[in-house]
Amino acid sequence: MSEPLLQVDGLCKTFHVAKSARGNTRLKALDGINLTVGRGETLGLVGESGCGKSTLARTLMMLETPDEGTVTFEGTNPFGLRGKELLSWRRRVQMVFQDPFASLNARMNAGDIVSEPWATHRNLYPSSREREARVRELLHMVGLRPSDARKSPQEFSGGQRQRLGIARALALNPDVIILDEPVSALDLSVQAQILNLLNDLQQELGVSYIFISHDLTVVRHVADRVAVMYLGRIIETGATEEVFDHPRHPYTAALMSASPKLDVTGVKRDRIVLQGELPSPLDPPSGCRFRTRCWKAQDICAEVAPEPRVTAAPDGGLRLAECHFPLETVKGLTGATATAG
Amino acid sequence: MKTAAQSVLPGQSRAHEVVLSVRALAVDIRTHRGTVRAVNDVNFEARAGETLALLGESGCGKSMTAKALAGIMDPVCDLAGGEVVLNGTDLAALTPKERLKFAGPELGIVFQDALTALNPVYTVGTQLGEAFRIHRGLGAKEAKVQAIELMERVGIPEPESRVNSYPHQFSGGMRQRILIAMAVALNPRLLIADEPTTALDVTVQAQIMQLLRKLREEGQMAVVLITHDLAVVAEEADSVAVMYAGNVVECGPVSEVFSDPRHPYTKGLLESVPVHVGRGARLLSIAGSPPELHDIPAGCVYQSRCPLVQDICRSERPQLLPVTDRPVNDRPVDDRPVDLQDDADDYAGALLSRPGRAAACHFSEEINNV
Ligand SMILES: Nc1ncnc2c1ncn2[C@@H]1O[C@H](COP(=O)(O)OP(=O)(O)O)[C@@H](O)[C@H]1O
Ligand SMILES: Nc1ncnc2c1ncn2[C@@H]1O[C@H](COP(=O)(O)OP(=O)(O)O)[C@@H](O)[C@H]1O
Ligand code: SF4
Ligand code: SF4
Ligand SMILES: [Mg+2]
Ligand SMILES: [Mg+2]
Repeated sequence: MSEPLLQVDGLCKTFHVAKSARGNTRLKALDGINLTVGRGETLGLVGESGCGKSTLARTLMMLETPDEGTVTFEGTNPFGLRGKELLSWRRRVQMVFQDPFASLNARMNAGDIVSEPWATHRNLYPSSREREARVRELLHMVGLRPSDARKSPQEFSGGQRQRLGIARALALNPDVIILDEPVSALDLSVQAQILNLLNDLQQELGVSYIFISHDLTVVRHVADRVAVMYLGRIIETGATEEVFDHPRHPYTAALMSASPKLDVTGVKRDRIVLQGELPSPLDPPSGCRFRTRCWKAQDICAEVAPEPRVTAAPDGGLRLAECHFPLETVKGLTGATATAG
Repeated sequence: MKTAAQSVLPGQSRAHEVVLSVRALAVDIRTHRGTVRAVNDVNFEARAGETLALLGESGCGKSMTAKALAGIMDPVCDLAGGEVVLNGTDLAALTPKERLKFAGPELGIVFQDALTALNPVYTVGTQLGEAFRIHRGLGAKEAKVQAIELMERVGIPEPESRVNSYPHQFSGGMRQRILIAMAVALNPRLLIADEPTTALDVTVQAQIMQLLRKLREEGQMAVVLITHDLAVVAEEADSVAVMYAGNVVECGPVSEVFSDPRHPYTKGLLESVPVHVGRGARLLSIAGSPPELHDIPAGCVYQSRCPLVQDICRSERPQLLPVTDRPVNDRPVDDRPVDLQDDADDYAGALLSRPGRAAACHFSEEINNV
């Protein structure tokens, strides 16, 4: 892959919370996150609720300040920027939420909602005529009518509201859009419309997506690469087909297996059903954080945290899995196991 | 696993026996804009030891149907017709008091949102013991023993110490187990589960589904599983009833309905799932959205989104009728009944019936095989 657009190294974020059973008050929501996003690429981010997906998204949006680690965006660390430079950086990473209007003023109309980001980024479309034309254009891009600009959010269906949320995210011509569960609240038929729209926009604009979803079927459809999170760490990454078809980390395998499949032949399959519950991120297990639910755990897993192992995938890309005993890749795949620090 | 020769405990149903039969169920809602029909002509059967899925997108009337079956409708809703025959008795014809006495032990129901379905001020032990106190006349102490046993049955660790905990002290998955325990306390013949895993992570969903299967098999319960997730239906259910705008538009065995849908809506839903299409390839989606209850059209409920719509669809509402099969020759060889696979020529044009399959579409024979 060429130079990544966005690179994250060792990102940590701690929240201070009420005492846990073991007396801990420091909740490490992100505990050393490394990832890259290429231009025009979609990175899928999956993992159970509470593993830190939204915190990662909020930190990349600079809504949270990391305690450690760096974010590099085209060679610049945005957390070191001030004033105008910071403002111009903020424009480049935008976000779409599950329900984009949960927090918005119900009295604003759709046009106001789409154009609101320009209030802080005044020089983007200085004249009101330009702004009006751009609102019409954005609505058109997401499949809404110009006349919809005067409607209030309540007059829209769920799918139309998500289209509006996407138009708002596009208003500042970003390079990266973080989509946090963008289709989770939508009905299947509408979900397909929105996934098609996101795909079209990416083809047209070359924008990169970080696509957060608990629905693995959706992630498999949209993502070029996936990152699997567990209790504040990314425990496996790789090209989508590789990770789905040949998971190396036992947690990834369990997650894939638990996700229901639409197999029209009606053949029931065997499944890995994880026993036990997700540990509290306030008191993560020693050693490997997945060991309390892992069926492959050995003594060493409780003592030593596994280093990320990097493997070359058949397509030349890199696979990474944090496990002392990664699952065998299927016969016929090359790839010497190497350890990377 | 499912053999008719299985020994039948008292109060248990025989495998595959029809436990629940719903006929022409209709529910009206009184709104300030007039009375609307939220559930209309819903028909299905649920059998012992099997799972029937009620599948449909949000607002199509799944929960309303569940509440009508359980007799717990909102005050603005009225049963407008139909039969709900549970184990030979029509619940719709009973008074509320008779119904509670009869259906309490025979019908259990689980809702999606365990936190609101459980009472925050009582311990889970008290709530689990309630059914035993009301229907079995047990005292508080005995009821608590039963509650602990139930918690064990649904896989809640350390039940003795946790029986005195309050709902908020449990995780989402454990609360859902508690709700399930309440529903199966009296070994009902019918369990209705309304989106029981929608708010849960897939790992927890897999655990809950495994529990429901175990309980279904142990008690030969008939399970009505309400969901909007086609993959869950494919994995968990034996048969399916697809709902749209308050109506059942197609029903039958899951493997048949999903591999050979006979209603354009079922076909559209199946095609909307991002599976079997290349990554990033266009998904076929259903244009538009379902009609509002206030303006459900005369004729077919699906007409505004249907690619096959004709004039007759606008004037005549199609009935849910048995699917008459396409001529044998139109079907791939391995999809024909075994005895017709070799010498299909002898049966050219024969119309085969497919038991349990029905669709509400004027042109159900013209929907292409997927
Ligand atoms: N502002 C906050 N204060 C304290 N804890 C938080 C805060 N935001 C998130 N957390 C905790 O951090 C962890 C990760 O949360 P989140 O990023 O929302 O996970 P996800 O999006 O994967 O469900 C959770 O344990 C959550 O409770
Ligand atoms: N108490 C109520 N008052 C008015 N309309 C209602 C009420 N409950 C449900 N509805 C309407 O009835 C229809 C069916 O609802 P429901 O059965 O909850 O759908 P589902 O469970 O399939 O999502 C929806 O259009 C919903 O808006
Ligand atoms: S390091 Fe050990 S406990 Fe962790 S995932 Fe690998 S085998 Fe399981
Ligand atoms: S009856 Fe007509 S409109 Fe309705 S589903 Fe069939 S073809 Fe479509
Ligand atoms: Mg989140
Ligand atoms: Mg519902």
